[in-house]
Amino acid sequence: MIAGIELGLIYAVMALGVYLTFRVLDFPDLTVDQSFTSGAASAAMVILHGGSPWIATVVGFVVGGLAGLITALLHTKARINGLLAGILTMTALYSVNLRVMGGKANLALLREDTVFTPLREAGLQGTVTGVLLLLAGVVLVKLVLDWFLYTDAGLAMQATGDNPDMIRSFGVNTDGQKILGLCLSNALVGLSGALIAQYQGFADIGMGIGMIVVGLASVILGQGIFGSRTVVVATLAVILGSVLYRLVITVALQAGLNPSDMKLISAVLVVLALVLPQLSVFKRWKRRRTLRAAQEVQADVSSSTEHPVTAAIAVPSARRRA
Amino acid sequence: MLSVHDVRKTFFAGTVNERVALNGVSLTVDEGDFVTVIGSNGAGKSTLLNTVSGTIIPDSGEIRVGERDVTRLPEHRKARWISRVFQDPMKGSSPTLTIEQNMAIAQRRGRSRGLSRGVTRARRQEFTEELKTLELGLENRLGAKVGLLSGGQRQALSLLMATFSAPEILLLDEHTAALDPQRAHHVTEITERIVNERNLTTLMVTHNMEQALRLGNRLIMMHEGRILFELDAEQKAEATVADLLAEFRKLQTVAGEPALDDATLLETARSAEPVADPSRGVTGGASTGGSSAAGVAPEGQ
Ligand SMILES: Nc1ncnc2c1ncn2[C@@H]1O[C@H](COP(=O)(O)OP(=O)(O)OP(=O)(O)O)[C@@H](O)[C@H]1O
Ligand SMILES: [Mg+2]
Repeated sequence: MIAGIELGLIYAVMALGVYLTFRVLDFPDLTVDQSFTSGAASAAMVILHGGSPWIATVVGFVVGGLAGLITALLHTKARINGLLAGILTMTALYSVNLRVMGGKANLALLREDTVFTPLREAGLQGTVTGVLLLLAGVVLVKLVLDWFLYTDAGLAMQATGDNPDMIRSFGVNTDGQKILGLCLSNALVGLSGALIAQYQGFADIGMGIGMIVVGLASVILGQGIFGSRTVVVATLAVILGSVLYRLVITVALQAGLNPSDMKLISAVLVVLALVLPQLSVFKRWKRRRTLRAAQEVQADVSSSTEHPVTAAIAVPSARRRA
Repeated sequence: MLSVHDVRKTFFAGTVNERVALNGVSLTVDEGDFVTVIGSNGAGKSTLLNTVSGTIIPDSGEIRVGERDVTRLPEHRKARWISRVFQDPMKGSSPTLTIEQNMAIAQRRGRSRGLSRGVTRARRQEFTEELKTLELGLENRLGAKVGLLSGGQRQALSLLMATFSAPEILLLDEHTAALDPQRAHHVTEITERIVNERNLTTLMVTHNMEQALRLGNRLIMMHEGRILFELDAEQKAEATVADLLAEFRKLQTVAGEPALDDATLLETARSAEPVADPSRGVTGGASTGGSSAAGVAPEGQ
């Protein structure tokens, strides 16, 4: 249980990256599957070569960002379709990652010092204090992301995903925004990979496979339940979604399912999260919310008196563009 | 201020779909000029505005803002000088962002965007003052998402966003066409006020002859990628809607096409104008525009 929460919190960093591309930039980035592994592999190599685990973690972040940069350049400069650009980078990175790992499919870090070693030695890993420390770390990442998205640069990035024509007319190079966003997103993914490798004590060439679905599951699950009215709420929802997802997995494993079934469960979870809101029960609820929002607008049209609008935007369902 | 010299643009050149959209357009707009642009569907009005804004790069010709040659600059690099309002009310603002966030984006038009906070207290104060001028009560709803606003409110906001950071040139492409007559009228009024107050150099495309004559100090009429004629302030003051319609009619005789275009639509819309031309099929459905100030021509893009 606690282990599930801990994993959920570390994976939440990856999910925040997925949120940045899929939701903020409205860009279906599939690089994630391998940029996660790239982060893990490069961090593992730094540690195995005697580097500090903190430096290794930073290296994971940077390497992830570079992976994102490749996809971004393929898309914006070579004008390759975004989905395909991600697939191409992902495929190429598989070979690169194997090279980075010295041709081995698995690198063990069990006897090495990692960023989690102090936690373990203090006997905090697997305790509530340990979880709280991890939570603090993840919340820090979230706060930085929130802060960024509210700056002038961050608003431009949000608008790029929302209305590219408009933001171009205000002088923003949308290609530049996509490059920045994809780098940042995959850097977070790489960071998460570096941390997971250290947490579980190994990096594996296959550890990133299906990661995009895990990330999406966290984003959709979290925002479906906790909402996404503002950036602050949306990023919090992503973290909670990631933890929730891990708990579901933990329960599924305890119920006797195989670890190898997890990819199936992830995909089914995403499908459910996408389909459920379309069912009539949810629809009615959604319509009520939309209706209320509409009424508030109407009220405002007729009387321009002060009217604090707290209207919730309709239930977030995944943007279907891909 | 703005000079367009012999600009040409052909779409799908060398194919069966070849379309000459601009066929040597030259135009000089002085500072403070407010030019209205009329012409039938497909005349090249939008293409002209798009080449000025940088959405479309012309095949040949030259576009200058002041002394700067901006012909080949992409849209986002021209935004420093040029601001625009789209025809579609949904296009001018970002729906999932709030009113104040949209204003913050607009305020930094064409300037670098760094890591300082987008909406600060000082800026919010400024936005409130600006929004008050719209008289729509939007100043009380700074934190509301723009996606919740009506088309008219959004278009008024777009207009404010495009203008409050003092662009050198303002481009309006049928920006009231998607609104109902009442809202269109309101947005037109706001346009008039803002352009006058800030003395903005403006190019405005409209299908509404009356509006084209009433607003601005110059008028140009386009047809098949060329500027057919131009009225200066004096001529414009004397011209009537009937004169403009006569010009449209001349075109059709030249082209020999029995088109049911803007001119025809307008004739039906204005029962006060007794133009009888039995050779042109005037359908009753076209009179839905009434005699209101709304653009009566459906958008052809
Ligand atoms: N992006 C484009 N791709 C291909 N053809 C285009 C494009 N934009 C415009 N055209 C063509 O160029 C010609 C001029 O179009 P334009 O949109 O400039 O006309 P307009 O005067 O704005 O007409 P309307 O009154 O219908 O808006 C038309 O024949 C149109 O089909
Ligand atoms: Mg047009």
